[in-house]
Amino acid sequence: MDLNLLLDGFQTALTPTNLLFAVLGVMLGTAVGVLPGIGPAMTVALLLPVTYNVEPSSAIIMFAGIYYGGMYGGSTTSILLNTPGESSSVVTAIEGNKMAKAGRAAQALATAAIGSFVAGTIGTILLVLLAPSVADVVVKLGAPSYFAIMLLALFAVTAVLGTSKLRGFIALFLGLTIGLIGTSTGKARLTFGEPLLADGIDIVVVAVAIFAIGEALWVAAHLRRKPLEIIPVGRPWMDRQDWGRSWKPWLRGTALGFPFGALPAGGAEVPTFLSYITERKLSKHPEEFGKGAIEGVAGPEAANNASAAGTLVPLLAIGLPTTATAAVILLAMQSYGIQPGPQLMDNEPELVWGLLASLFVANTLLLVLNLPLAPVWARLLQTPRPYLYAGILFFASLGAYSVNFQAFDLALLLAFGLLGLAMRRFGLPVLPLIIGVILGPRLEAQLTEALAISGGKISTLWGEPVAVVVYVVIAVLIVGLFVNFVRNARQGAATAENKERIDA
Amino acid sequence: MSIVVAYSPDVFGRAALDHGVAEAELRRTRLVVVNATRGDSLVDSHYAHEDEMQQVLAQLESAGVEVKVRRDVVPDIAEAVLDVAREEGATLVVVGVRHRTPVGKMLLGSVAQRVILDAGCPVLAVKPAAAHG
Repeated sequence: MDLNLLLDGFQTALTPTNLLFAVLGVMLGTAVGVLPGIGPAMTVALLLPVTYNVEPSSAIIMFAGIYYGGMYGGSTTSILLNTPGESSSVVTAIEGNKMAKAGRAAQALATAAIGSFVAGTIGTILLVLLAPSVADVVVKLGAPSYFAIMLLALFAVTAVLGTSKLRGFIALFLGLTIGLIGTSTGKARLTFGEPLLADGIDIVVVAVAIFAIGEALWVAAHLRRKPLEIIPVGRPWMDRQDWGRSWKPWLRGTALGFPFGALPAGGAEVPTFLSYITERKLSKHPEEFGKGAIEGVAGPEAANNASAAGTLVPLLAIGLPTTATAAVILLAMQSYGIQPGPQLMDNEPELVWGLLASLFVANTLLLVLNLPLAPVWARLLQTPRPYLYAGILFFASLGAYSVNFQAFDLALLLAFGLLGLAMRRFGLPVLPLIIGVILGPRLEAQLTEALAISGGKISTLWGEPVAVVVYVVIAVLIVGLFVNFVRNARQGAATAENKERIDA
Repeated sequence: MSIVVAYSPDVFGRAALDHGVAEAELRRTRLVVVNATRGDSLVDSHYAHEDEMQQVLAQLESAGVEVKVRRDVVPDIAEAVLDVAREEGATLVVVGVRHRTPVGKMLLGSVAQRVILDAGCPVLAVKPAAAHG
């Protein structure tokens, strides 16, 4: 049954138009992945206006291509420049740049690209197998369970990622507050008597402002910096020994990355780090770690692509975004009037299976494009920032204005852009805010629905077994956090003020 | 009294440096090597790596030239070269010049041209040996 649907999906994905959008997506994705600070989330946010003219399946295929492409591109910068292009390739830089410095840049790039392909393909197969069955289970759940799952997603995204829980929760509550604005409940909340705020703030404006304007202002504040030293590289390749040392880390990285991506504590940071640690333990060449071990590139690179595939499970099956890019892709679906959730697979089979098939296509395209073109992508790093960010500001303003054709949205864009700048300045992660803005109103809707059905009895919230399990998980997480906190406090090891930015 | 060389890590900068060294030996003056970047892109191929600059410096010193390196992140490279020439009391500035396409001329200003036009001392414009015609 699934196979037929998938074949239909390939028919959708392989039409010339959709193939063109897939190529466009992976090229754009790789390009923005290579450039630090500009990520797939920002790119998809800037491209949201294309949803006004382009078929839903084409647009979503392009966005998925950007998502996968960003994962590939990030590794190039990590390896050649020792600056991660994406938060997901932070770990790759540890061994990758050492390899490059030792003259093995070509092998590092090759194991990253081929590992990403292997992991992406296996991950997509798992996604195809898992998503429908997850959706079948989830569709039977009631509002209380949804409420609990969303609560868990908000909590996990905030608490598991990032170095500072406090900063994470500040960002989350900022997002939830923004989500409250409007009169959706019949009462005006936080509208300050402004009629233009009555419909709430369009999430597109918030996403574009936080990702694009915030980043542009941040870069403008740090415009002149000493250039980094890039390691020149030819065409990536590997010899027999490199293959022999790479294939096991690829598979282990996939096994770590996919489940972490699929859990609502998504993102690639945790699995890439775990993969690195695992490879260091299992390696037959432990002495090479820290000096450029190929396993330390192969494992994490596989893990981050597998986790990208994994994040699509909750996105397609529950309508739950767990990474910034998934969140913005969700916005794109909503702007077509498509409500992601367990019914999505039944209501929009052409879109979903076209998307799944296109992921296989995108992965193959990325391998074909990236192996020979790595040196070309590296040249992108020579783009002067003023040109780059002038373009980003232009598309950001255009995108924000085209939502409602109201100048007021541009004022909002600037205001939230300043918020984005402040968040980067004070090290607040962006992801909890975006997830908060998107899930906040839906959380409220589920709560309202649950209470309406139960006639206002609050005990309905723990009336479903799934909800109870989820609350237990949340409780365990809180206890874990608390224990960690106490232990850290006792050791007096004040965690280093880590002002790392999460550029999604 | 010194000779200022506008250096970049390519054949043009190399040519400028070679001619600068020859002039410095002839005139028995100090050599000042300027290598600047606008620092507005992540990677600037005209900005020399730190160890490459050290190598150049060591080579020149072993050849017995009194040499000084000035490296900076500046808003305008031509301006930076001219500033150094002024500060160091340059008697000669050496720049490498290259062919430029019409599109390149339209899009970008030439550092060499601005140095040639605005310097307060004679400017020696040189080409790498293979780049005639």
